[in-house]
Amino acid sequence: MMDCKQATRLLSEQQDRNLSRREKFALKFHVFMCKACRNFGQQMGTLRDLARSYAKGEGNTPRQSEDSNSNDK
Amino acid sequence: MTESVPVGRGGMEAGRASGAQTLQDTQFLTELRQQMLKFARLQLRDDDQAEDAVQEALAGALKNADSFKRQAALRTWVFSILKYKIADILRYRQRVIATSELGDDEHREQAFMDGLFDSGGHWHKAERPSSWSGPQGGVHSDHFWRVFDACLNGLPEKQARVFMMREFIELESEEICEQLTLSTSNLHVTLYRARLRLRACLENGWFEPSKAEEVTP
Ligand SMILES: [Zn+2]
Repeated sequence: MMDCKQATRLLSEQQDRNLSRREKFALKFHVFMCKACRNFGQQMGTLRDLARSYAKGEGNTPRQSEDSNSNDK
Repeated sequence: MTESVPVGRGGMEAGRASGAQTLQDTQFLTELRQQMLKFARLQLRDDDQAEDAVQEALAGALKNADSFKRQAALRTWVFSILKYKIADILRYRQRVIATSELGDDEHREQAFMDGLFDSGGHWHKAERPSSWSGPQGGVHSDHFWRVFDACLNGLPEKQARVFMMREFIELESEEICEQLTLSTSNLHVTLYRARLRLRACLENGWFEPSKAEEVTP
């Protein structure tokens, strides 16, 4: 059976390429049995969503940038 | 034909004056500019190029600013233009980055993986990912984004660069490989490492802060 290291690698790669039928099958089986990897898989989707929000400027509050020690009246 | 209003963004029926008002809000503009600079610097690591990209993106966006009713919509639009500018700069930037400079430290990575997985390839108990659906889930507060920033800044150089090209600029895998002269498998392993680090960092720093203390040395 596929181990967690292999499963997480595929859960990441799934975001960047199409998995083969065989890979998908083995992955599905592992994730069914393993809660930690199931959570990891969900987090991959969340991470992507977060990155997209960040790239829309959501995460860039000016306060936190190092060069904003200036005065705001 | 100068009225090429971006499709599907901002209420375009919303009408006149609102965009112009937004632009007269100097505080909003100043903040927006700072946000953009930070975002561009993070990825370009070159202050001059970052300035240029922001300047061009702002100039381009402001032409259409009238179609934006809300500041949030304008910001989204400006950031999407900025992303294109950054992609352009990355694309035309000479591919002089030596492969060695972009190398990952394999010893460090091995140690990192050993910290996560046991010899059988299974998660160490303390490292098992938990569910992020708890009370902290879905929270996009300032505090959360500060944690996110810190985690991003904690990534090794190569991983950060590749991750941002893929997830912020949304370049396809092939293009990243070509720009950085990476093999496909190298790209995949780099993204994998970046995601492993980011998710662990976010979990410890935000979603399950108590977990960080449980970890035994
Ligand atoms: Zn597993």
